[in-house]
Amino acid sequence: MVSWLKEFGKGLVVSNPIFVMALGLCPSLAVTNSLDNAIGMGAAVIFVLLCSNILVSILRTWVAGIVRIPTFIVIIATFVTIISLIFQAYVPALYESLGIYLPLIVVNCIILGRAEAFASKNRLSLAVADALGMGSGFLLAICIIATLRETLGTGKLTIFGNTLFSLPVLSEQPISLFLLPAGAFLVIGLLLALFRRVGLIKND
Amino acid sequence: MALINNFVLVKFLGLCPFFGVSKKLSNALSMGLAVTFVMVAASAVIWPIYNYILVNLHAEYLSTVVYILVIATLVQILELVIMRTNYALYSAFGIYLALITTNCAVLGVTLVNTSEGYNFIESVLSALGGGIGFALVLVIMSGIRERLDNVRVPKSMKGLPVAFMVAALLGLAFSGFAGMV
Repeated sequence: MVSWLKEFGKGLVVSNPIFVMALGLCPSLAVTNSLDNAIGMGAAVIFVLLCSNILVSILRTWVAGIVRIPTFIVIIATFVTIISLIFQAYVPALYESLGIYLPLIVVNCIILGRAEAFASKNRLSLAVADALGMGSGFLLAICIIATLRETLGTGKLTIFGNTLFSLPVLSEQPISLFLLPAGAFLVIGLLLALFRRVGLIKND
Repeated sequence: MALINNFVLVKFLGLCPFFGVSKKLSNALSMGLAVTFVMVAASAVIWPIYNYILVNLHAEYLSTVVYILVIATLVQILELVIMRTNYALYSAFGIYLALITTNCAVLGVTLVNTSEGYNFIESVLSALGGGIGFALVLVIMSGIRERLDNVRVPKSMKGLPVAFMVAALLGLAFSGFAGMV
């Protein structure tokens, strides 16, 4: 139980995939212009990460070393196809707005990285904990970025059609820079610097 | 395509090498060339596979799995061919050729080609433009980062955070190209 919690906490804070390891940056910048997209992307990544970690961990003794990476990629691509079809059927609006970034989960370095570095070497229960920790860490990080970008870029925060709050001045004159790609780089850079300043993550 | 819809700064594709390999100018150039090469080759191979095999079999949903396998195979073959025929080029590409399999710009361009319904020529040209744009930004970024090493940066901003700031400014500059065509 202790090791389970340790693996879970590791991904969430200590080695957060985005803020500490700088993995999986493409989706974290591309889909964080709204909180809805970020939650959808986070959920999809958790699903794929969990399924692929489980399967890789079960198969770890049977897969020969040299065909390891291609096998992992096919496993990941299969689960990505499954989640794409699920999204297309049940949440078509989200499917449309995520666009090509949904199939691009295949090449998200977090998932292949965890399969190779962790799941292929550890037993099932730890692999599940690792997937949930890393996945939640990813979800948390992109939600923080999306919340900041959506609030500053539109002056209000909406979640699946419900407005959470609307800032008086900002909603009339939003800083649309934050919805542009440049805003994404700016927010993530400032967050990284802030986390280092307060000592949440260590300097490299 | 190279400037307006820049893959790195506008579409956020291929960011891992963008931050990972942009510390030295020479590496950035090799990486940029290798990626352009693979993007064009992958687009040229995948276009007939999608349009003649997957569409005929009504198996479009398999495209992600097929594309990634084609790209991985292609990268392996290219590596072998280049090693046998042109060793100078092979050593110039170095390890970057193998790393390209997981570069999302390559899978990205093939997915864009399919979703936009480009014909063969358009697919190859969009890959070429995207690749050149990728190489261009990588080279610009590495030039800036080589200079940054000699500048005093606040301690907590050192390394990755300041690289993001530079990317933000570059992104702002490139958003000036938007709407030109």
